[in-house]
Amino acid sequence: MTKDDNKGGIKGMVNPNRFGIERIAYLLMRLTGLGLLGYFIAHVYETSNILRGRMGWDDFLAMTQTTEGHIFLVLVIGMCVFHTGNGIRIMMGHGGVGVGKPARPDYPYDPASQNYRHKIGIYSSIVLAAVAMMYGMAVMFGE
Amino acid sequence: MAQVSSIEDENAPNLLSTSKSVLLRISRFNPESDDSSKFMEFTVSYEKWTTVLEAILDVKKHHDHSVAVRYSCRQATCGSCGMLINGKPRLACFTKISELDSNVVTVEPMNNFPVIRDLAVKFERLFETHQKIKPYLINENSELESDEREFLQSPKEVEQYIQFANCIKCGLCNSACPTMSTDSSFVGPQALAQAYRYVADSRDKGKDTRLDIIDESHGIWRCHFAGSCSQVCPKGVDPAMGIQFLRGYLLGFRS
Repeated sequence: MTKDDNKGGIKGMVNPNRFGIERIAYLLMRLTGLGLLGYFIAHVYETSNILRGRMGWDDFLAMTQTTEGHIFLVLVIGMCVFHTGNGIRIMMGHGGVGVGKPARPDYPYDPASQNYRHKIGIYSSIVLAAVAMMYGMAVMFGE
Repeated sequence: MAQVSSIEDENAPNLLSTSKSVLLRISRFNPESDDSSKFMEFTVSYEKWTTVLEAILDVKKHHDHSVAVRYSCRQATCGSCGMLINGKPRLACFTKISELDSNVVTVEPMNNFPVIRDLAVKFERLFETHQKIKPYLINENSELESDEREFLQSPKEVEQYIQFANCIKCGLCNSACPTMSTDSSFVGPQALAQAYRYVADSRDKGKDTRLDIIDESHGIWRCHFAGSCSQVCPKGVDPAMGIQFLRGYLLGFRS
């Protein structure tokens, strides 16, 4: 980016300040999407270890039974739940569902598309992700 | 280049004289001579009704007349004075210093617009994308030769688009959009909202033409519904709503 363009760049894109919970949800959606893509690639690599026979498979699977492996899987659970919940909200919004109706705007011009239904959807996704992560921790670390 | 001065020290009469004062930081940048932007700082007195634009004009009048700022109507109608105020795109004439709740007010040129100088930015690309979506009624009967015909609309039909007709092309939505921060080819929320304005107009027959224009890789599909465009709009246009309705047409949710 040159100064001529004056583009916000990556910094402008990921900056969640001053634009409310919807912008934070946008950032989390992108981060969890990238995280899940990374997990998908790692998962394909992991399962390809079955070609090394039972010993190779067991050796690699043992990595997920460590503390670090459990933390990684807890993060994957959180990313997956948030991405799914928020993704359903966004898909519905993309179809024009739940974004309000056009009307003559009145001051202070609160945008109808950023309504309480979407805010509830975002907070619910965050809470669900947290609950799923706690359950995952209870299962993996509670043995 | 940092410089601290008080307007109250000037000999000229100061109509904004009050006990309250704020540090106004103005971004200075001339693309023809500077490598990077720098901030000049001024201590400005203000009343509870003083707008950021009035403070900038006070600096121009009493301290540094070379500060470049574009403005015209001073009443949020012309859309000329858009800038980043404390990091958020706003109209300087529509933002009171007292509302910012800060002792420091930082003004910078809008993101995603090339800088002409200081706070003034180029609008060519915004107007180009605005023109691209054909911002006029497409109707073979729209060229009236006499006054014997008119296009009647019910209040309900008007309500479908009147909100989006409030756009003053200030560019705040394009500045706030996270996609525009990285994608130079994205058509942008301003143009997309205006596409919906005409698609939703019962007099217009150009829906398919406009949907074809925005149905491209750097078109409507690059919007991820972050909603920042709607949050900064000073006229309540709500571009995010219009964009999702447009996408509803393309996805078959609406007809």
